[in-house]
This record gives sequence, C-alpha cells and structure tokens, in this order.
Amino acid sequence: MTRYLLIESRDPFDSNDVRFCCDLAQQLAAVKNEVTLFLVKNGVLPARSGARSDDLTRLAGAGVRVLADSFSLRERGIDERRLATGVAAAPLDVVMDALAEGAKVIWH
Amino acid sequence: MADKKTITIAIMDAPYENARSTTALRLIDLAARRGYNINVFAYEGAVLQPFSGQTPHPNAVHGRNVEEENHFIPKDAIAALMREAERNGGKIDWVNCGLCVDERGAGAAIAGVRRGSPADLWQMAEASDNTLVIATR
Repeated sequence: MTRYLLIESRDPFDSNDVRFCCDLAQQLAAVKNEVTLFLVKNGVLPARSGARSDDLTRLAGAGVRVLADSFSLRERGIDERRLATGVAAAPLDVVMDALAEGAKVIWH
Repeated sequence: MADKKTITIAIMDAPYENARSTTALRLIDLAARRGYNINVFAYEGAVLQPFSGQTPHPNAVHGRNVEEENHFIPKDAIAALMREAERNGGKIDWVNCGLCVDERGAGAAIAGVRRGSPADLWQMAEASDNTLVIATR
C-alpha cells in the first residue's frame, strides 16, 4: 500500500479541473492505497456544507481522508464546526508529516 | 537528531501574486521549527521572493505611514525563516534559478541565497527525504 497526499489548492467555482484531483484520489483509494485529500487556500471553499461539497462527501465515503486547512478556513470565515459530512479541519502540519514520512505528496 | 529530515520545496510564484507563496512560506516555517534541513528551489517569478531590493512603503490612500502600514516583506520573512531553521539545528539552502534571475534583473538577493540551475533541483531531490513541487496553474 502506498500513501498519497493530494493537495487541492484550487477553487472548484473557479477551476474546472478540481474534479481531476477528486477522481485521482478515488482511483488511488480504489486500488487499496492510503489516500488523503488536503484542501488549502481557496480549495477549502467546497468544504462548506452544501457548497458543492457532494464530491468531498462521496470521496470520504470511498475511503479517502478529506481534510481542510484550518488556517485557510479561518481566513475565509468558514466555521470548522459546519463542514460538509466527511470533511475535517486539520493543520498544515499534516502536509509536513506526510513529507517527512515519505508519502507521495502532489500539489494541484 | 535521529529524525532529522531533509525536505525540498520547489516554488514558482512571484511575491504578492498568489496565496501559493504564503502556503510555501508556511510549510518552510513548519520545517524550520522542526529543525529540518530545507532546500528551496525558486524559479520563474519566485526568484524575486528573496530580492533584497524590496522596500516597505507607506499607504497614502489609507493615510498610514510606513510603520502603521507594517507592509509584509517576503525577503524579511525568508531571512527570519533562515534564522529560525538555524536556531532549531536545521538549515535552509535557497537556490535561485540563474536564468530566471537574469531575465528579471533579480541578482540582488539576501544573504543565504545562492544562484543555481534546474540541475540543483534534481540534486536536492536526490538528497532529500521528500520533495514537493508547488506549481503555478
């Protein structure tokens, strides 16, 4: 099993290719990899419940750990207690931990 | 330190243009606090991040002087990160792509920044525990 951390920094309301990252995460998880999708910057916008969050909830249901950068959430006034189902807030340390532990880390 | 790591981060964004730069500096800060060795390969506009000619300015529109404006200066943040890394037993090796520097006239950089080429990124990655490329879109 390989460990992947995919970092999504793009806003799905602005970029049509955000779905690429979700698709990749789902495909990697489907073949038994350990996959985390980490949302950062405007990438956290769909973490709000109802704001195009269905893809994230579906992803979490498929075995992908979906996290949203706490700092990016605070910057945008998004309440950590009102995130979509399957999405949790987490510090940026998650990325540094993954790098230090040798995970494959991909920025999008 | 038994768990001392070496992490390479490649960045491309010029200062003041995208939050990717902020996130890159946040990641470097985390690594510095952990005492890791951090390699930074800056190319394209990112070679201007440690440009020593950056100057804080007042904001006449809002009626604030230099001190009140307290403008964020990337070169100062990078110098502070270098000090933070050293304080924790690590080091930041910051390489600016030479061609990118020449194109932009960005040869003046703060102490601790050296000139290199994309070959340095490959060598850094080879010598690191892991590498993150923060690409522009």
